[in-house]
Amino acid sequence: MSVLLIAILLSLVLSSRPALVANGFRFLTGSEWDPVTNSFHALPFVFGTLVTSVIALAIATVLSLALAILMGEYFRTGAFASIMRTAVELLAGIPSIVYGFIGLFFLVPAVRVIQIALGVPPFGVGILTSSILLAFMVLPYSASIGREMLMLVPADLKEAALSLGSTRSEMVWKVSLPFSRSGIMGGIFLSLGRALGETMAVTMVIGNSNSITLNLLSPGNTMASLIANEFSEAQGAVYLASLIEIALLLFVISTVINILGKMVINRMVETT
Amino acid sequence: MPREGANSCCIEGGVPVKVSRLLLAGALAVSVAGIGFAQSFEFVGAGATFPAPLYLKMFDQYAKEFGVKVNYQAIGSGGGQAQLKGRTVDFGASDVIMTAKDLADAPAEIVHIPTVAGAVVLVSNLPGNPQLRFTGDIIADIFLGKIKNWNDPRIAGINPDVKFPNMNITVVHRSDGSGTTGVFSDYLSKISDEWKTKVGSGTSLSWPVGIGGKGNPGVAGLVKQLPGSFGYVELIYALQNNMSYALLKNKSGNWIKASLATTSTAANVPVPEDVTKLSLTNTDAPEGYPISTFTWLILYKEQNYGNHQKAKVEALLKMIWWMTHDGQKYAEPLSYATLPAPVVKKAEAILKSITFDGKPLLEGGM
Repeated sequence: MSVLLIAILLSLVLSSRPALVANGFRFLTGSEWDPVTNSFHALPFVFGTLVTSVIALAIATVLSLALAILMGEYFRTGAFASIMRTAVELLAGIPSIVYGFIGLFFLVPAVRVIQIALGVPPFGVGILTSSILLAFMVLPYSASIGREMLMLVPADLKEAALSLGSTRSEMVWKVSLPFSRSGIMGGIFLSLGRALGETMAVTMVIGNSNSITLNLLSPGNTMASLIANEFSEAQGAVYLASLIEIALLLFVISTVINILGKMVINRMVETT
Repeated sequence: MPREGANSCCIEGGVPVKVSRLLLAGALAVSVAGIGFAQSFEFVGAGATFPAPLYLKMFDQYAKEFGVKVNYQAIGSGGGQAQLKGRTVDFGASDVIMTAKDLADAPAEIVHIPTVAGAVVLVSNLPGNPQLRFTGDIIADIFLGKIKNWNDPRIAGINPDVKFPNMNITVVHRSDGSGTTGVFSDYLSKISDEWKTKVGSGTSLSWPVGIGGKGNPGVAGLVKQLPGSFGYVELIYALQNNMSYALLKNKSGNWIKASLATTSTAANVPVPEDVTKLSLTNTDAPEGYPISTFTWLILYKEQNYGNHQKAKVEALLKMIWWMTHDGQKYAEPLSYATLPAPVVKKAEAILKSITFDGKPLLEGGM
């Protein structure tokens, strides 16, 4: 596996070499992306990727925790449990282009209603819209893993808690969740990986505007979306290499976040 | 052969025999064609997505009539140029002329051959969907973010019959790199100096304002959903989806509605010696639509490279000749504008200039 990772890294570095030379370190700090003047900077896309992923993760964490507790503690067997489980698994199998269309036809009009109520330009598409969509796309991963982890909590631990007089919710919050939290965190980091790299659905609802803004209701862009948009028609060696440099950056960011996630999980395992 | 017959008597049921006979017949046919007829060539092409539906139709028809097959990959103009440079395809296809720098970087001289023309139209979303009129400088100022509201007096000035609401203009552009953006920005660069210096022209741009949609369907979808939006799509897409679009004032001061006819007319201007200087945007033709463009096939002028053989190159040139002549009849049913006669003449001249070992192949004409 690590050979494959190194091979990917090497091929990205080699293919992006003209851009690495031409763009220099300014690539990471500038905010302009202008193929006409060959001026390429990654900041708006790094910003868009991180902001959409983090917001998506925040939403997905709350929802997936609720789902995991419901499926892993309250409804472990029976018809309702299997319906829930199948539904969550099906959500994971829906192609991202289908999520994109759902977002475009249902989520975008809904966000527009909010924007009209707030009196801001009613684009409908934007950072918030894609974050919400991403949250639903990554939800099945963290919810399924969370459920599995809760199922693994030994019955005698839980019985001990109950026999000491704790209520069921106290048992969940004070025994089951602490016991399984490293696994649950692992699931959340796995879903972060998916959110960072998601392309098609995001492209369809983010508005594809290469700007940095703290206003979540305005359009933005992500690294994966930029590559999907511009790669096929990119003309000129530096332009093409700059897009590959964006891919390299995305690869590095994903790897760093995954390593950080591993470290967090390991520390949690040590403390429990 | 006798063994084949012997086998057939022994296999029960008959089906395997039929299959093996079919295979044999097929193998024979292939080998005969390979030896006997020079036409059974197969070419590989790649590039522009805009003319892809027409090219596929043309290649399909040509294969039926002449037995020459083409494997065309619609990977985008940039991809087509790159593949030709890497010499992995027999010909490329591009919606835009290759830049001087790209041509200089190529391993050998590349020629451009026009095949059909297309146009870019402006679509909007306003209450009542009125028929709008625009001039190039107003479009440029809207896309520069200088005209922000539909009730701007400059828009009202050329649309006296339309009552404009007090509504923000939301600019919608292509998010993906595209020849459509290329021709649109080329037009704006010719009209507005400010556009030329601030934004420029290219298949992908650094847009001053607006939101991006992927592909024609993406832009059209956003325009349909967003009240007050203003965007551009290919004429062929607008025609096939019954979208209404704005009239444009051309260089001669006439109001022109984009159509296959006015697009072809735009191309009816004196053809310069160097065909790559032929730009249809802001055309001089009095009845021509101003945001029109050709799409091109690109190939090397000297064809003796790689494993090319003379007969194969000849077949390729004959096919491109057919595309610019007889093949043109497939353009209009698919909403593409045909080449005007002077441009066909130019295409002929370019095809005749293509050489194998320094000698032209189509000297005598067809």
